Amino acid sequence: MNAEPVTTPKLIVKNLNFYYGADRALKDINLTIPEKMVTAFIGPSGCGKSTLLRTFNRMYQLYPKQRAEGEILLDNQNLLDKRQDLNKLRAKIGMVFQKPTPFPMSIYDNIAFGVKLYENLNSHDMAERVEWALKKAALWNEVKDKLKQSGTGLSGGQQQRLCIARAIAVKPQVLLLDEPTSALDPISTAHIEKLVDELKKDFTIVIVTHNMQQAARVSDFTAYMYLGDLIEFGDTSTVFTNPKRKETEDYITGRFG
Amino acid sequence: MHTLDNRLKRQNLLDILFRNITRLSAFAVLALLVGIIISLFLGSQLAISAFGWGFLTSSEWNPVTEEFGALVPIAGTIATAAIALLIAVPVSFGIAIFLTELAPQWMRRPLGIAIELLAGIPSIIYGMWGLFIFVPIFAEHVEPWINDHLGQTFLIAPLFSGPNLGIGVMAAGIILAIMIIPFIASVMRDVFDIVPSLLKESAYGLGATTWEVMYQVVLPYTKIGVVGGIMLGLGRALGETMAVTFVIGNAHQLTASLLNPGNSIASALANEFTEAVGDLYTSALIELGLILFFITFIVLSLARFMLYKLGQNEGRSA
Repeated sequence: MNAEPVTTPKLIVKNLNFYYGADRALKDINLTIPEKMVTAFIGPSGCGKSTLLRTFNRMYQLYPKQRAEGEILLDNQNLLDKRQDLNKLRAKIGMVFQKPTPFPMSIYDNIAFGVKLYENLNSHDMAERVEWALKKAALWNEVKDKLKQSGTGLSGGQQQRLCIARAIAVKPQVLLLDEPTSALDPISTAHIEKLVDELKKDFTIVIVTHNMQQAARVSDFTAYMYLGDLIEFGDTSTVFTNPKRKETEDYITGRFG
Repeated sequence: MHTLDNRLKRQNLLDILFRNITRLSAFAVLALLVGIIISLFLGSQLAISAFGWGFLTSSEWNPVTEEFGALVPIAGTIATAAIALLIAVPVSFGIAIFLTELAPQWMRRPLGIAIELLAGIPSIIYGMWGLFIFVPIFAEHVEPWINDHLGQTFLIAPLFSGPNLGIGVMAAGIILAIMIIPFIASVMRDVFDIVPSLLKESAYGLGATTWEVMYQVVLPYTKIGVVGGIMLGLGRALGETMAVTFVIGNAHQLTASLLNPGNSIASALANEFTEAVGDLYTSALIELGLILFFITFIVLSLARFMLYKLGQNEGRSA
């Protein structure tokens, strides 16, 4: 009897196919990612969840022989269109990875790095932006006295929040999180999950996770994938408590996967 | 029980033996180093007592009157090595970026091997190629251009105006650059290859271009390896003998122009040892060797110090 939350579509995936050379890794994916919500992709290893995520910012383009066919619409523009400027696209869609990847520079410069690519801020505005991003990522209080120190000197959980701050400093519309807690301890993981909940006020978040409890905890919508197919997609509570498909039920109840 | 005891005792003995052999090997290197310094020092005693510190600042080199000074070969050594690095470092950086990031997969291995093969060419071949092929082309086509353009530019004009001989400090520097590019490029490629792809993806993911990723993320991440590669090249450039001897001109004259013939320490030693008559002449040459030793030592120490400083600025860097 829950009222359906009112959602606006942010990313619309239409008939998406993805190939690693001759291997078809995604099969006719159709999916709508709602704005300012958390959407989780779950499924066993090799199901294509990370692959799908990496099509949203065309990260696959770094590697030869990987290609995507179909459409991914952001504000009615097809991201996969060759004419779409890659760097502008990545300003709109930020990404955080499986492992923390601080750049070998100071904490401040880590945050400023992405901003400098797009905006010409004076030092005062830049300092404000850095503070804003670090506060958003719930890291400011821990690092405000050591902004000049290397980002690589932080703990794993702090490093990952630094990476989140770095991604949001550019003010993207969408934030892609690719198993962001897989290399972190439970306390750091809890920090990040709480943060995701905060961040969805401002950003559309897509999270890939192999941890079903995490998907259940943080997401509003869940997509279950298996062997390149999107098996089921719906709001998280339905997918977890009353899945429509047998395969989904088998997976979330642990009978498989 | 008894046999086991014996066995353990024997293994223990072997272990002690092994430990001492490795220690001996390590100390042998140290002893050799000290021995070389001492013998260079003793050999140059005569020249040191004859000329004192003036040896370093005098550009005189006259075997007939037995007046010797090291300024010309020191300047030549440093100038050629500097030119070589100035050319080789950016070119190697470009090669390494191309090989690790931009080249299509099928091209990477053959091209990498080709560059490593360049490193294997004996230096005498570089010298011959330099003298017979490079120098004439350089004299006819490049030096006139340098004279006409850079040679007319305010402030740097003295460096770039001179006779169009082909041979000279500039030619030697360029040949050296070609010789050290394979070393620096292959070290850079190797260290760029070990950069985690996630780190690069993070930078690309923010919308950075290939250049921004390489220059701002990959290069700082690999700086220790990169500086190591550059030092390897510099060490070779400072000490390179044959190739330089062929093209530098072997003239003991001090001029500002890089187009003039000059001399380097290694090249002076190679050329003159056989004809050095008289103890003072020989001793002066040995002192040159000692100076080369010190230059190399100072350069390597500076590099270490630089890395140490870089590490400190980063705070707790991994």
